[in-house]
Amino acid sequence: MLGGRTNHWGRISLRFGPNDFRRKSIDGLGEDWPINYDTVKPYYDKVDKLIGVFGAPANLPNDPDSIYLPPPKPRLHELMFQKAGKALDIPVIPSRLSILTKPINNERGSCFYCHQCNRGCQAYADFSASSVLVIPAVKTGNVTLITNAMAREVLTDQSTGLATGVSYVDKEKLSEHTIKAKIVVLAASACESARLLLNSKSARFPNGLANSSGVVGKYLHDSTGASRGAFIPKLMDRERYNEDGVGGMHVYTPWWLDNKKLDFPRGYHIEYGGGMGMPGYGFGWGMENQNGKYAGPDGKMKEAGGYGASLKNDYRRFYGANIGMSGRGEAVATADNYCEIDKNTVDKYGIPVLRFNYKWSDYEIKQAKHMQDTFEEIIHAMGGVATGSKPGPENNYGLAAPGRIIHEVGTVRMGNDPKSSALNKFSQAHDAKNVFVVDGGSFVSQADKNPTWTILALSWRASDYIIDQVKQKNL
Amino acid sequence: MKRRDTLKALTLSSFGIAAVNPQELLAEQRELELALAESNVEDTIEIPGGRTKEEAIHDAQLMKMTFFTPAEMATLAVLSDIIIPADEKSGSASQSGVPDFIEFMVKDQPNWQTPFRGGLSWLDLESRKRFDKVFTSLSKEQQLKIVDDIAYPQKAKPEMSQGVAFFNIMRNFTATGFYTSEIGIKDLGYMGNRPNQWDGVPEKVLKQYGLSYS
Repeated sequence: MLGGRTNHWGRISLRFGPNDFRRKSIDGLGEDWPINYDTVKPYYDKVDKLIGVFGAPANLPNDPDSIYLPPPKPRLHELMFQKAGKALDIPVIPSRLSILTKPINNERGSCFYCHQCNRGCQAYADFSASSVLVIPAVKTGNVTLITNAMAREVLTDQSTGLATGVSYVDKEKLSEHTIKAKIVVLAASACESARLLLNSKSARFPNGLANSSGVVGKYLHDSTGASRGAFIPKLMDRERYNEDGVGGMHVYTPWWLDNKKLDFPRGYHIEYGGGMGMPGYGFGWGMENQNGKYAGPDGKMKEAGGYGASLKNDYRRFYGANIGMSGRGEAVATADNYCEIDKNTVDKYGIPVLRFNYKWSDYEIKQAKHMQDTFEEIIHAMGGVATGSKPGPENNYGLAAPGRIIHEVGTVRMGNDPKSSALNKFSQAHDAKNVFVVDGGSFVSQADKNPTWTILALSWRASDYIIDQVKQKNL
Repeated sequence: MKRRDTLKALTLSSFGIAAVNPQELLAEQRELELALAESNVEDTIEIPGGRTKEEAIHDAQLMKMTFFTPAEMATLAVLSDIIIPADEKSGSASQSGVPDFIEFMVKDQPNWQTPFRGGLSWLDLESRKRFDKVFTSLSKEQQLKIVDDIAYPQKAKPEMSQGVAFFNIMRNFTATGFYTSEIGIKDLGYMGNRPNQWDGVPEKVLKQYGLSYS
């Protein structure tokens, strides 16, 4: 197996919208991107066609449509979410996931609805970097793939200031190696790329490579996240059928409100869960909190907890009657949230590690409060009973700790001004023109969308630029 | 290189031949560690689908260890069958392998070892206090007298709180162990995890809930 998070991610494949590239112009916070939606759009189109994504055109102003394969029909609880959304004026539309509901070429199969995308698809019917990008790349014969290589630093020529290669340690043999290169492209994920650059110190680059601005590691931001679960009594004693569907939600809610009318600046989308999934570790836990609240088949209430035939029947009756909602929103990027090299700690290869400084601001906390209020509205509209007590100010309204949603971006941000950005608009380092960063590190702002599709589009754009610059003999 | 060959080749540097590059020594040391990790389990280790070699080695090592005593395993079997007995639809918790599942889980997640061992001890102590015998030697009626005092968290007496906490854990692990077994999945009626085509909710279910796709 090759690669990292694309092996087990949720396949949520959203384009950023026009407003997502110009947040500062809209609300005065953070920074605008040096590029706009029209610049990235052709690359989103290419990514759609190469990789495949299902969904349905919705023609929304800030959630642009992709080139879609047919979406799977909603499951039962998802139809209930849609009905509740209609009553509340909250859009609940087909989700947009990079899973092939139809074959797109002879190399990859199409989805057979086993719901196990997070284990990596053996038919290559969903997107992972290894199955969809690396394998075809290796097949060209133009690629030498070195696995188990832990990059230590980017090496530079002290007179020209250009990168000359990368040093790495073989994780199996613990031996040291160097690779010479004309161009170095980092795609190690936002924090690891920042770590590599910060560790690439030299007399010429005392603050690390591509860091004369001092911004490398700064503006680190993750998606916000808050969740709530509920029990839907009318789903008790459900009819059984195979409702696995694809390995993710079939519907979702894109951001639908105007922040000018709200007390927080950025939006969020809602992801929906529920259904008769495959029982796994944790199945049935906490029945003692549930089976005392609802009448039995005889219409009578009974004592919570218990054992025996009646308890066994409860597990059957309650199966498939729980739902969940997760908000995933945009945080405001700030220089105060950053990662930096820990002066005292190295990893097992002797490479200095990162330490993190990250605090949520009122913007994110108020957004989480809004999520919780929305979740309860939806639960009530569905005739459900919310699980546990409503998260409040005592725990930031259930706002997950920074880093938990693993959409970290922004640590090597792009911009037109070399004093306030590490990369230019082609993801190329201002300080060393043969160094590129093509992961989430280049993001100026996160948007209320998952970052993968934009990472892919910007990576493709940087690749085109590299080819062009090599042809022009600038690289 | 095969593990046997690795073990043979190691003699080169393990006698401390001076000229060997320290990097290579380190690399050989690492190969030795990997080879020994494997030799601690089986000569040939089978790697199930979806597992890495390291995970397969980890699992094989866990399976070789024993945590619960035979007496503890017997108590787990009796208790789990009180929680999920056989009925007209399916077998019991112990028939589905719940005690073995708990044995595996406490080795995989050692933080559960004390709650289980301690909870089982609590149960035997309570049994001795009341009936002068360990739990498994009690009559069914006597066993249920104790279980009735710890199975209902909201009406249990305060002095039973530790027993209640243990029984909650036991109930949870029994449910997960049973319903993730083949018997339990059939009992529950889960029909997925197999190739199929999803074409939406069956018509009669849509009608039942007053929903439609149009």
